[in-house]
Amino acid sequence: MEILMIVTSGVIIAVGVYLLMTRSILRVVFGIVMLAHGAHLLILTLSGLQQGAPPLLTEEAASYADPLPQAVILTAIVISFGITAFLLVLSYRTYKVHQTDDLEELRGNADE
Amino acid sequence: MNNIVLLPVLIPFIAGTLLILFRHYPRLQRISSGIVVFLLLFSAVFLLYLVYQEGIQTIALGNWPAPFGIVLVADLFSVLMVVLSSIVGVACLFFAYQTLSKEREKYFFYPFYFFLLTGVNGSFLTGDLFNLFVFFEVMLISSFILIVMGGTKYQLRESYKYVVINMFASILFLVALALIYGLTGTLNMAHIAVQVAELEQAGVLNTAAILLLIVFGMKGALFPLYFWLPKSYYGPPAAIAALFGGLLTKVGIYAIIRTFTLIFVHDTGFTHTVILALAGFTMFFGVLGAVSQFDFKRILSYHIISQVGYMVMGLGLFTPLALAGAIYYIAHHIIVKSALFLFAGATQKITGTTDLKKMSGLLKTHPVLAWTFFITAISLAGIPPLSGFFSKFPLILSGIEQESYIIVVVALIVGLLTLFSMMKIFIYVFWGTPSLKKSDYEHIKMKPLLLPIMPLVALTIILGFAAEPIFSFSEVVADQIIDPSIYIDAVLEE
Repeated sequence: MEILMIVTSGVIIAVGVYLLMTRSILRVVFGIVMLAHGAHLLILTLSGLQQGAPPLLTEEAASYADPLPQAVILTAIVISFGITAFLLVLSYRTYKVHQTDDLEELRGNADE
Repeated sequence: MNNIVLLPVLIPFIAGTLLILFRHYPRLQRISSGIVVFLLLFSAVFLLYLVYQEGIQTIALGNWPAPFGIVLVADLFSVLMVVLSSIVGVACLFFAYQTLSKEREKYFFYPFYFFLLTGVNGSFLTGDLFNLFVFFEVMLISSFILIVMGGTKYQLRESYKYVVINMFASILFLVALALIYGLTGTLNMAHIAVQVAELEQAGVLNTAAILLLIVFGMKGALFPLYFWLPKSYYGPPAAIAALFGGLLTKVGIYAIIRTFTLIFVHDTGFTHTVILALAGFTMFFGVLGAVSQFDFKRILSYHIISQVGYMVMGLGLFTPLALAGAIYYIAHHIIVKSALFLFAGATQKITGTTDLKKMSGLLKTHPVLAWTFFITAISLAGIPPLSGFFSKFPLILSGIEQESYIIVVVALIVGLLTLFSMMKIFIYVFWGTPSLKKSDYEHIKMKPLLLPIMPLVALTIILGFAAEPIFSFSEVVADQIIDPSIYIDAVLEE
């Protein structure tokens, strides 16, 4: 199962990197989103895939699964969600003002 | 346990939250934010005094004991950084009163100014690696908003790149965290340090170390990851650029120094040699960029890069003397660099441009501005008896002691080129015949414009003339961070 998860996150990250290197503004945003998902999966995998009870004080308390990776991922998801929303608005405004979504044209002048 | 540790994070956070509600009352916003930054400065200085007197202070949030919950740790190094960030916070805020446009004030400048300070101070104080990520994000999101605020064509274009690059770095940070958590099973920095010492997998640890170095290097503008900096710092108005130039990269540098003195000391032959090499390249290419530019703000932005190199050089040499030099250098750099950015803002306000070739003769019309700029500029270049000299001296001295002659030569050449490009600014802007008519600048009152910069100029002079006590203080700080067991004991044996 670990192998499968690692390969999955590897593929997702590869897709993310590919999108990140394209010239369209929106695709770069999607690339960032994919990369974030890959990283989240990686956190889950690298901290060990476990089966166990929820970490609550019940009769199964002794065999609980480590809750920390999940808490970490939850926080990371919220943060990447917020930044993605901001990034989408920013891309839209950039597109509106510059009238192009081609990053090659958004390089700026040579003398800057 | 000491609740005062929380204050430098809590004060700006609460202030920022409340100020959102009062966006239509600029006067109220100005007065209350003025009071809040002084409160912040006061609490930071008090915390520094406390830590100096009574040793490292910690607080376990939610009362969860150390390796399990999140701890905030105030040791001398982190509190020193908090004090410096508060000083810059005060100066930039008062400068913003004079230069910021009404629209920016109305659209949540003050709340995000304080959220930025929350993130910066939190990153300095936290003792938990994931919490460091969270505070980084708090700082970054505020910086995204401040850097794009105003929404000019240039700002939008460069902010987009700035956001994407920082987002990418944050994702790499997460990957590094996953690796470290998988290896050690903990996120508490002190606990990681204990675990790392017991692990015998130097190879995997080096991978994690280099990943973190890339992440923090991207935020701290190390070679070859500095390409985003000069363009993005050019866009926003001077008050914001000064805050960014003074603080943001230094958060990355702080994180590098913290992790590579506390956690990754298992294989210094590899990691710290890499850091030293990066330091040399960063210095050299940064200063070359500065020499080639003819724009006030751009020259200053490139100088940030070259000077980040000096700080990292202190870490790369990894002796108490070199670290003390690096700490002294950080203090000097934060103050001087913010002051120079504010000077750029002041001249921009007078002349309406930051292009060096379009300015001349300000020495005759604005002598106070000219001479205080001159003092700050030669302080940056490292002319004795100002602070720049006394912060470079121990770095170069310990470079010679360690027989790393190449880095010493690079550092000396870079110092010379720094002097050259600062003098270029001085000659272009202040010498020559005045190009402005009296009616152009008469209405601009210089006193309120210069008032926020003067404390910074005074501080660089004090840092230079009182080099003896201040350097012995940074030696105390260096002794504390070069021995990880002090930090570990303070955090874990509560």
